[in-house]
Amino acid sequence: MKRRDFLKGVACGGLLLAADVPSALAQPFARQQKAMPPEAVGILYDATLCIGCKACVAACKEHNSMPPDFSTTDQLWDNAIDLSGKTLNIIKLYTHGAGAAKDREDGFSFVKRQCMHCIDPSCVSACPVSALTKDPKSGIVSYNKGACLGCRYCQVACPYNIPKFEWDAPFPQIRKCQLCSHRIKEGGYAACCEFCPTGASLFGTTKDLLEEARYRLTLKPGEEYGFPVGRIGSRETSHRTVEAVYQPRIYGEKEGGGTQVLMLAGVPFDKLGMPKLSETSDAARSEGLQHMIYRGMIAPIALLGGLLYAVHRSTKNNDDR
Amino acid sequence: MGEFRPLGGKIVTRPFLVLAAVALFAGVLLVKRFVYGIGAVSNMSDGYPWGIWITYDVVVGTAFACGGYALAMLVYVLNKKTYYPLIRSAILASMFGYTLAGVSIFFDVGRYWQAYNLILPWYSQLSSVMFEVALCVTTYIMVLWIEFAPSFLERWNKERMLKVLRKVLFLFIAVGVLLPTMHQSSLGLLVYIAGQKVSPLWQTGFLPLLFLITSITMGYAIVVFESILSSVGFRRPLETGLLAKLSAIIPKLLALYLVIRFGDLIGRGELGLVFRGDMKSIMFIVENLLYLIPTVILFSPANRERPRMLFIGAVLMLLAGAVYRFNTFLVGFDPGPGWHYFPSFSETMITVGLIAVEIMGYLLFVKTLPVLPSLKHA
Repeated sequence: MKRRDFLKGVACGGLLLAADVPSALAQPFARQQKAMPPEAVGILYDATLCIGCKACVAACKEHNSMPPDFSTTDQLWDNAIDLSGKTLNIIKLYTHGAGAAKDREDGFSFVKRQCMHCIDPSCVSACPVSALTKDPKSGIVSYNKGACLGCRYCQVACPYNIPKFEWDAPFPQIRKCQLCSHRIKEGGYAACCEFCPTGASLFGTTKDLLEEARYRLTLKPGEEYGFPVGRIGSRETSHRTVEAVYQPRIYGEKEGGGTQVLMLAGVPFDKLGMPKLSETSDAARSEGLQHMIYRGMIAPIALLGGLLYAVHRSTKNNDDR
Repeated sequence: MGEFRPLGGKIVTRPFLVLAAVALFAGVLLVKRFVYGIGAVSNMSDGYPWGIWITYDVVVGTAFACGGYALAMLVYVLNKKTYYPLIRSAILASMFGYTLAGVSIFFDVGRYWQAYNLILPWYSQLSSVMFEVALCVTTYIMVLWIEFAPSFLERWNKERMLKVLRKVLFLFIAVGVLLPTMHQSSLGLLVYIAGQKVSPLWQTGFLPLLFLITSITMGYAIVVFESILSSVGFRRPLETGLLAKLSAIIPKLLALYLVIRFGDLIGRGELGLVFRGDMKSIMFIVENLLYLIPTVILFSPANRERPRMLFIGAVLMLLAGAVYRFNTFLVGFDPGPGWHYFPSFSETMITVGLIAVEIMGYLLFVKTLPVLPSLKHA
C-alpha cells in the first residue's frame, strides 16, 4: 500500500468514526423506535377529575416505604414541594390570575407528576450498567440499586426530570416510581390509583387506557358519564356531569415516542409543566447516531488497523520513536 | 536515550508547598463529601445532576489532556519526527490529566463502590454512550502509563524491560490514538440524548465531530502552552521554531470547525438564537470569538514565529474549547423552570485541589524523570 493511500484511509476512518456528515445533518437517522410492550400497563391521569386531595401521594409513600419530605420548619407533616429522593409521586397546582375556574387556562388545574414509563425510555438507553430496565412484558421501568454506579446520566437524559438522587446520603441511590410492580406481582395495582377517590388516577393496560382517554375526548360539557375508579374494569364508577372542556390531546400518546402513563387536562399541557417533545424518542436518535458510528465496530477496527501499520512503520528502526 | 533528561533541582519549593496546601484543603472537603453525601459539598441538584466535576474535571480536563493524543498523531502516525522532543512532556501531561479525571469520577459518582459493575458483562449496557466513554477513558489511562513507562525504565536503568517494552510499544501508541478519537467524540454525544433540555445552539448531531476536532485543537494548544510555560518557568530556551511549525496546523482545523459549526446552525435554522441577547446567546458569542481570534492570529506565519502571539493563541484556544464544553454541558443545559446551578465554594475547591495535584505531579516528574528534551536538542 502506498503511504498516501494509507494515510487517506486513516483519515477517512477517523471521519467516519466522528460522524457521518450528511446523516448528521438530516437528524432523523434514528434507530427504529421501540414498540409498546404486549402487556403494557400504565396510568391515565385525568386532571379534570382530580380534587387535589393528595391521597395518591400519601398512599404512594406508605406502599413504597418512602420517608416523609418536610418543607416547613416544624417538620410535623409530609409536605413535599416536588419530586425528590423521598417522593415518587406528587400533585402540583397550576393557577392563573385569580384562579377561580377549575380546569381552565385562566383558572386553575391540578397536575400529577411521576415516572411516565416511556415506551422507548432515555434513562434505560443512557444507563451504562443496566440499572434501569424496561420489563419486556409490562413495560414497567425499574431500578436496580445493585447495578447502579450513581453516575446520574439517567437524570441528564430523562426529558421529564423523573429519576431523583439522594444528595444527602453517603450511600445514595436513584429513586423513581416503579408503578408499584411489587404490588402488581401480588395481584394488586398502583397504590396511587387504588386510593384515588375520584378515578383521576386510573390503572389499566395502556391499550385500554388509550381507548378510555379517546372516548373521554368525545364527551361534551353537560353530558353524564360513569368514570371508572381505581382500575379499568373495576365495578366502582363515579357518575358525574362533565364540566371541563378537554384539551383535544392525550399527553403521552405520541410524546417522545409515547409513554405508558397518559394524561388528560383542561389546561394546555405545557402550562402544567409538561415538556413539548417530538414524536421521535431521544433514545432512538442517540442510539441511531452511536450505532451508525460504531456499526459492527468496523470503523474503529479499520482505524486501529491503519494506526498499527503507521505507528509500526514509523517506530521500527529506532528506540521508542 | 539521552535525548531526554531529568531537570533536577529542588522538589519542595514554595509554589509546591502552596499547591500542597490547596490539595490538602480539597482532601478535607472530600472527607466531608464521603461522610455526608455529595449534597454536603456541591450545589448539584436533581435538575443539574452534573456540575463542574463532570464538566471541568472530566469533559474539559481530558480535552486539556489531549496533547499526547494530538502529538502522537503527528509523530507516530504522520511520521513527523521533528516534534519528537515535545512528546514526553505531552504524554506526561495527558497521563496526569486523564488519571485525575478518572480519580474525580470516583468522588462524583454516588455509588463508587460498585464502579466495577462497568466491566461485569451481565451489567454492561452497550447502547449507553456513558458505557463507551467510561470504558474507553479507563483503558486510555492505562495506555498512557504504559506509553510513559520508558521514562521510568530509563531512570531506573531497567535495560532489559525497556527493550521488551520498545518491541510492543507501537501497539499501545496505536491504541493510544484510537481511544481518544473514540471517547473525545463520544463525550460530545453524551448530551445528545438530553434532547430538548439542551439549547439548539449546542444540541446537534454534529456534537461528536465538533468535540473531536476541538479536542485535537486543544491538544496542540496545550503542547504550545506547556512548552512556552515550562521554558519560561524553568529558564530554558524557547522551542519557538518547533512550535511555529506545529501552530501552522491549528488555524486550518479551527477554520474547519467554524465552518461546520455555523453551517450546522444555519442548516438547522437556529442562527437567530445567537442574537437573542440572553445568557445563552452571549455565551455562544464569547465561545465563538474565542475560536475566531486565534484562527485569525495563527493564520499569519509572522505571528506564528512570535512566542507572545503563539502563547496568546494557545490560551485563547484552550479557553474556547473549555467554554464550548461548559456551554454544552451547563450553560446550554436547561432542565426547565426553577432549576439553577452555580458551583459551590467547596465543589470548586475540590476541583482546584485536583488541578494542584496535577501540577505537583508534573513538577515532580519533570524534575526526577527524563521527560523534557536535553538542551542541545531544544
